[in-house]
Amino acid sequence: MTALPGHRAGLAAIADPTRVVFVALAVVILAGWGLVALDGGQFLTLENIVGVQQRSAALGIVAVGQTLAILAGSLDLSVAYLISLTSLVAAEIMAGQDAGIVPAVAAVAGVSVLVGLVNGLVITKLRVHAFIATLGVALIIKGVVDHLYDGPAGRVPESFQHLGYDRIGPVPVSAMLWAVVALIAWFLLSRTRYGYRVYAVGGDPEVARLSGVRTDRVVIVTHVLCSLCAGIAGLLLASRLGAGAPTVGTDGGYDLESIAAVVLGGTALAGGRGGVAGTVGGVLLLAVLDSVFNQLEVNSFFKDVVRGVVIVAAVAVYARRTGMLGRRRA
Amino acid sequence: MLNMRGIGKRFLGVQVLTGVDLAAGPGEVHAVVGENGAGKSTLMKILAGVHTPDEGTIEIDGHRVAFGHPLEAQRAGVAIIYQEFNLLPERSVAENVFLGREPVRRGMVDRAAMDAATARLLTELGVDSFGPRQPVKRLSVAQQQVVEIVKALSLDARIVVMDEPTAALAGHEVELLYRLVRRLQERGIAVLYISHRLREVFDLADRVTVLKDGRLVTTVPTADVTPGDLVRLMVGRDLGSYFPPRASSTGETRLRVTGAGNDRLHDIDLELRAGEILGVAGLQGSGRSELAKALFGAEPFTRGEMMPVRPRSVRESIRAGIGLVTEDRKAEGLALRQSVRDNALLVARATGRGRNGGVRELLERVRLRPPRQEQEVRYLSGGNQQKVVLAKWMTVAPKVLLFDEPTRGVDVGAKAAIHDLMRELAGEGAAIMMISSELPELIGMSDRIVVLRDGRIAGTLPAGSSEEAVMSLATGEVTT
Repeated sequence: MTALPGHRAGLAAIADPTRVVFVALAVVILAGWGLVALDGGQFLTLENIVGVQQRSAALGIVAVGQTLAILAGSLDLSVAYLISLTSLVAAEIMAGQDAGIVPAVAAVAGVSVLVGLVNGLVITKLRVHAFIATLGVALIIKGVVDHLYDGPAGRVPESFQHLGYDRIGPVPVSAMLWAVVALIAWFLLSRTRYGYRVYAVGGDPEVARLSGVRTDRVVIVTHVLCSLCAGIAGLLLASRLGAGAPTVGTDGGYDLESIAAVVLGGTALAGGRGGVAGTVGGVLLLAVLDSVFNQLEVNSFFKDVVRGVVIVAAVAVYARRTGMLGRRRA
Repeated sequence: MLNMRGIGKRFLGVQVLTGVDLAAGPGEVHAVVGENGAGKSTLMKILAGVHTPDEGTIEIDGHRVAFGHPLEAQRAGVAIIYQEFNLLPERSVAENVFLGREPVRRGMVDRAAMDAATARLLTELGVDSFGPRQPVKRLSVAQQQVVEIVKALSLDARIVVMDEPTAALAGHEVELLYRLVRRLQERGIAVLYISHRLREVFDLADRVTVLKDGRLVTTVPTADVTPGDLVRLMVGRDLGSYFPPRASSTGETRLRVTGAGNDRLHDIDLELRAGEILGVAGLQGSGRSELAKALFGAEPFTRGEMMPVRPRSVRESIRAGIGLVTEDRKAEGLALRQSVRDNALLVARATGRGRNGGVRELLERVRLRPPRQEQEVRYLSGGNQQKVVLAKWMTVAPKVLLFDEPTRGVDVGAKAAIHDLMRELAGEGAAIMMISSELPELIGMSDRIVVLRDGRIAGTLPAGSSEEAVMSLATGEVTT
């Protein structure tokens, strides 16, 4: 309804949520550095930097997949259980043998694609809301896993554990894996037709449909990719634990926390706006906060309170910004 | 180039189009006019493949076509630009223009080619106020319209339908639209131009087709008719229904607005007296609904005086005794999945005023048949739903009731019941304002008629004025 004059463009650049989250990240690092120094500690140590990256990697990979789902106007609550399932699939097939690695990775990919397909098909063909569809699939996976396992199982060969623990200089292998996943997602979103369609479907499915986009297909592919990310995270966690575990995904809270990280990174929960870069910032922000609190030995309940406040505050800030720059539909 | 013959269409047993012919040649601007409900939009949606016709044939360049989906019409060279744009606000101009057809080079979207093609089309149209990389959400409505036109051109459309293209435009933006339409014309594109505004019809169109009640009245070259002729062709019909008698006298002033305005309304002066029904007329986009929403505090006035209060919120205006029966009862008037009883008590409960009991008597009074309280509102007919909305307001006995299109989509029986009820409420001392785009209803019901145009009051007419008088004020055309 309102014509927006040019000088607002500058405001838009400041208001871009992706920038906001990285600015916030810098502020938290500085504040953390100051607080820990006052406390008589050292914040920016190699150990700490590596720790932050390692803690972020698994969540980061899941959150990249979640970003795709949310951008397409969907979401995925089944990732946590899928991570548990894939960690078990990987460890059981490897059974401590190097020869098992390739088949295990293939099996994890297969399981992930299958779960993603089911999610996508239930949402598009049965027209079940993504929240319920993926919650249902999550419960199904939980039932299967709980029936078959009541504790860690399988064994990962030593060679596969390099993935979880090795690092090159200050950069852990797991963080590199995360970076590769994020780069691939970024490329897909910003350089391919598929990515353009994800934004279109998430922005307004009807507009997309009337422009000739096969919206169902976009949503299904997106869910397959999201589940693949969860599968990769499952492999990573199996390599860390040395085994598969039926609770590794839910203990990490990867379902809700990945959604929180995506939203913290400025992607609109309703879809159509945002991107992978913001999500990377959101994940790092959560990890750095964690690290600061750990060093200050803050009570873990208080930690959760602060995380909650940060997430809500961030989204409130974005809502204000977009409200200011937005317009009513004509 | 385009030849539609004998088009007929029924919706749920209601005949909305009967035997309509429409033809247009290359480079022709062909206007389609008619009152609201005349069938213009349905006809255009049939051409665009949104609806399939029940009767008749469509030929494009001599080939018979039958569209089952909007995409098929698009491929056949038909582009339609709706009042509601089909654009993604978060994406850039070029991304919107090429949505679903992005050019690809070596597996990657060729953004440079996309931007260049968009920029070329913008230049061809003589538009330089924005570029291909601008996000659509930062464009004005007029600029967004340009994006839609560029999209149509990039699709190689040869027939472009524009549905009320100026409804949301400011005066100077209309000039830009004129220029664009003429450019389309120069390119040999047939433009079907739907508009209520007769000035635009005469400025732009070569021929004009008049529809009334779903039938073709005539197709004539614009040079052969006057605006007055057109208005008569559009509205000339009998008043087929009866309305309750008008107020014999009016009482004290219940609501007064002086020099009020907001971003859609300007210099509004208005007075509502106890016992009267004030009709509000105006074309789509003239600010009718905005006026009701401003008086009701939903989109408040930001300037001017209002008595008893200038509400800043809905709650304030309800407290001051003002109620609004909205145009879209399903989205704004009712909680569809709740019972009749809960809906009837919505306002009473929300404000803590008014009565909580006596729902049965209330439902009888609004003539709800059958007066079943526990039924979910979504299962009721349109007329019965509207009666529940009325009951909702009657619990708090408002002093002023605003009706926005109170009988749209309501059957004849319920319509008469609602008319009687409005008169009854006025007789008991309420002041009533009624917006309606149905002129016979407006003229039959109102004690006075205020006509809006471009967010301003264009004039006030006495009871029993002619449809021509209302239309000429609403369109700004002087007719004889």
